[in-house]
Amino acid sequence: MDVLELSRLQFALTSMFHFIFVPLTLGLSILVAFMETKYVRTGNEMYLRMTKFWGKLFLINFALGVVTGITLEFQFGMNWSKYSEYVGDIFGAPLAIEATAAFFLESTFIGLWIFGWNRISPRLHAVSIWVVAFATNLSGLWILLANGWMQHPVGYVLRNGRAEMVDFMAMVTNPYGLLKFGHQIMAGYVVAAFFVMGISAWHLRRQNSTELFKSSFKIAAVFALVSSLGVGLIGDFHAKGVAESQPAKFAAMESIWNTQDDADWNLIVIPDTSGHKNSVEAVGLPEVLSYLATGDFDGRVTGLNDIPANERPPVLPVFTSFRLMVYLGMLFALLAVIATFKAWRGTLLTSRRFLWIMVYMIPLPYIANQLGWIVAEVGRQPWIVYGVLLTADAGSPAVSLSQVWTSLTAFTLVYAMLGAIDIFLLFKVARKGPDDDLTFIVKPANSQGA
Amino acid sequence: MNYQAIWFVLWSVLWAVYFTTDGFDFGAGMLQRFVSRSEKDRRTVNNTMGPVWDGNEVWLLTAGGATFAAFPVVYASMFSFLYSALLLLLFALIFRGVAFEFRGQRDSQTWRNSWDWALLFGSFIPALLFGVAFGNIFEGLNFDSTGWHGSLLGLLNPYGLLTGVLFVLLFLQHGALWLRIKTSGGIAERSAAIAGGVWYALLAVAVVFLAATNFATHLYDNYRDQPLWVIVPLTAVAALLSVKVLARAGKYFASFMASCLTIMTVVFTGVIGLYPNMIPSSVDPAANLTIYNSSSSTYTLQIMTVVAVVFVPLVIAYQLWVYRIFREETGSGVYGQMEP
Ligand code: HDD
Ligand code: HEM
Ligand code: HEM
Repeated sequence: MDVLELSRLQFALTSMFHFIFVPLTLGLSILVAFMETKYVRTGNEMYLRMTKFWGKLFLINFALGVVTGITLEFQFGMNWSKYSEYVGDIFGAPLAIEATAAFFLESTFIGLWIFGWNRISPRLHAVSIWVVAFATNLSGLWILLANGWMQHPVGYVLRNGRAEMVDFMAMVTNPYGLLKFGHQIMAGYVVAAFFVMGISAWHLRRQNSTELFKSSFKIAAVFALVSSLGVGLIGDFHAKGVAESQPAKFAAMESIWNTQDDADWNLIVIPDTSGHKNSVEAVGLPEVLSYLATGDFDGRVTGLNDIPANERPPVLPVFTSFRLMVYLGMLFALLAVIATFKAWRGTLLTSRRFLWIMVYMIPLPYIANQLGWIVAEVGRQPWIVYGVLLTADAGSPAVSLSQVWTSLTAFTLVYAMLGAIDIFLLFKVARKGPDDDLTFIVKPANSQGA
Repeated sequence: MNYQAIWFVLWSVLWAVYFTTDGFDFGAGMLQRFVSRSEKDRRTVNNTMGPVWDGNEVWLLTAGGATFAAFPVVYASMFSFLYSALLLLLFALIFRGVAFEFRGQRDSQTWRNSWDWALLFGSFIPALLFGVAFGNIFEGLNFDSTGWHGSLLGLLNPYGLLTGVLFVLLFLQHGALWLRIKTSGGIAERSAAIAGGVWYALLAVAVVFLAATNFATHLYDNYRDQPLWVIVPLTAVAALLSVKVLARAGKYFASFMASCLTIMTVVFTGVIGLYPNMIPSSVDPAANLTIYNSSSSTYTLQIMTVVAVVFVPLVIAYQLWVYRIFREETGSGVYGQMEP
């Protein structure tokens, strides 16, 4: 393996590791903020215990989100110096704005929230977690605008041997980036919703703090309903955007080999990449693929055979990841509907098998998130900035093979260790359940209960 | 002033604020074991930093992001040239970060002790490496138009190490004063004693550093051309002296402020000497990365100036507000559950 391949591996490893923690932060921050608001509004201490319990899990997860993000911020310069020089004029801006506008808010107010229980009023305390939730989602916006620019570059000219920004607003309103943002935050909310439902289900089966967990489950179920419908809906728009700006990626996602005007969508497809065709296509929905790609049942879908071989991404990983993501999305929507229904009817405690299923659903939205990134990033190959710069031309000439071997090994070991500790802590805290000791907390004026 | 110069100033302000704020975290992190006599003490030391360390660290992210946006060539060169050093720094910061959050999550002495070591090294290594990195930048890095020819060991040259030691001592004193004003009783007394002792070492190293700079770098050229700027290093010296005078008088808050001023002016002293270079080459001055040959386009710099003018004052305002909320002496509560 050469420096470039190792750098790719390292970027994939570190960004996907960062992305184990990011989606939960995006969604759980909002749920915790909602719970604390309920507490401040009603004065009901169950909501306070709820806030503390989910808040603790939130913080354990947040810690690793923060420290793994630092690595990414510097890796562009470390491993991708040619890339950084070539596009820094336009790509650096959203990254710098993310730090100034979002990370400062997030980090300052999370400190206030963690340590502020007795120093500030309950109302201000609730506001501070809302600020954190707002800022984490805002940081997602800027980083996804950056990534959206790599996928669909706009607002630049090639000048002085590099890409220079000429239209900031074009980058900020890049539809590709905005769709990415919409899809991504919804995907994060799905993770958080299933996380809360799953852990609540575990406790409900054991009849621990039933009131608290029934209520948590209900809040999360509604959140799951909205977000799992949202992720699919925005995903569909997103796919149309991909078909338009990156036909090669779309063809790989759906494994389409021949250009067609009224393409069918098949439920079961087995690609044959060496034969440049699909060996199995079954259970077809007529003309649906054309609709999915273009919004028109007779629209034209470009096939891989009409794209030069050196501009095709690896088909199998992109196709498989995309299929799985979409099937998982359908499963989440189905489960969310059932969950909301049961939570509303109040039949959760008796649906023991459903609760059992929900516990084991926790990892699936995480997997769907990782799959989505594989679609987006592997599908963009061989380009690092689509149509502008090849990944092969983006590395760091100053970095040696032994340096990247060392860093890749170190990241693998350290991340494996930290990941294990983090998961261990999450399990420990999740199992233990909510704390009853609330003595250290200043109560709002309308507080009631034990 | 042109936009390149404006961004050079902003760039140095970001670094200066970063070192001033996270500097006391590094110092307090290095001292945590040594000023504590009990688990309660250690918790208290961590709690002085708990609410603010992450907000402080974002100044580093912003300095990095701003370098990327305003001087992409510097960002690309600096981080790929200093790859191994930066890697070490990243791991240190990672361990420091999780140490804060994980330490209190399990009730076990071995567990807490391990994270306390992580905190110590996670504070010491960045303090040293930032110094080494800036020392080497002041000297010039080993690259020319064909690329990079240096090595990690090459960075550990005498002047680089000297700057590293200078940074470590600056942050030790800074952290000790921070602990003196944020705590009471034993921790405060021991911290004050440490700050008092470190000051002499710092003074000695600072004198050697100022002399060595004359021989190892070209930083003084700018001061010879424009003698007025000497006011900045003079302020640094005056600030360092007042740290001692104020501490002697028992005015520890003012002494801490003087320490802030010392760190800022030390950074500015170096940066003024660099101007208009950002990364000089030690072998071929023609290859120097200057604010002109490594900056973004004027359009990008204009956009980023608007962003900075709007957000940086806002950030400073709400961070000061949070510092004010936590201005009282720190308690020894468990992580996230401060005592009333
Ligand atoms: C859609 C969301 C999203 C995406 C695609 C990324 N991140 Fe991230 N990042 C977040 C969403 C996020 C967050 C939710 O805001 C985090 C995660 C947990 C946290 O604490 O904040 C965060 C934390 C975080 C931090 C620490 C901030 C702090 O100290 O408070 C840095 C430096 C980065 N990220 C940088 C990056 C870079 C350089 C990325 C691209 C490769 C990246 N992130 C992808
Ligand atoms: C703004 C955010 C991001 C940017 C700018 C970005 C950019 C990059 C870069 C520079 C590479 C290496 C070159 C390459 O091989 O393509 C890469 C690869 C990759 N990234 Fe991202 N990335 C971002 C976010 C993410 C996230 C959050 C994930 C997943 C969790 C991810 C998953 C991957 C994967 C799987 C690869 C490997 C693809 C391959 O090399 O074949 N990316 N990305
Ligand atoms: C249900 C139907 C879904 C559709 C049609 C869909 C569509 C898409 C498309 C087209 C992409 C590629 C974007 C690109 O290449 O830049 C993508 C990426 C992604 N998907 Fe999905 N998706 C669906 C469900 C889900 C679900 C359920 C999740 C997670 C819970 C998810 C998470 C992601 C993530 C994290 C990415 C990468 C970021 C991005 O590019 O937005 N998706 N999705």
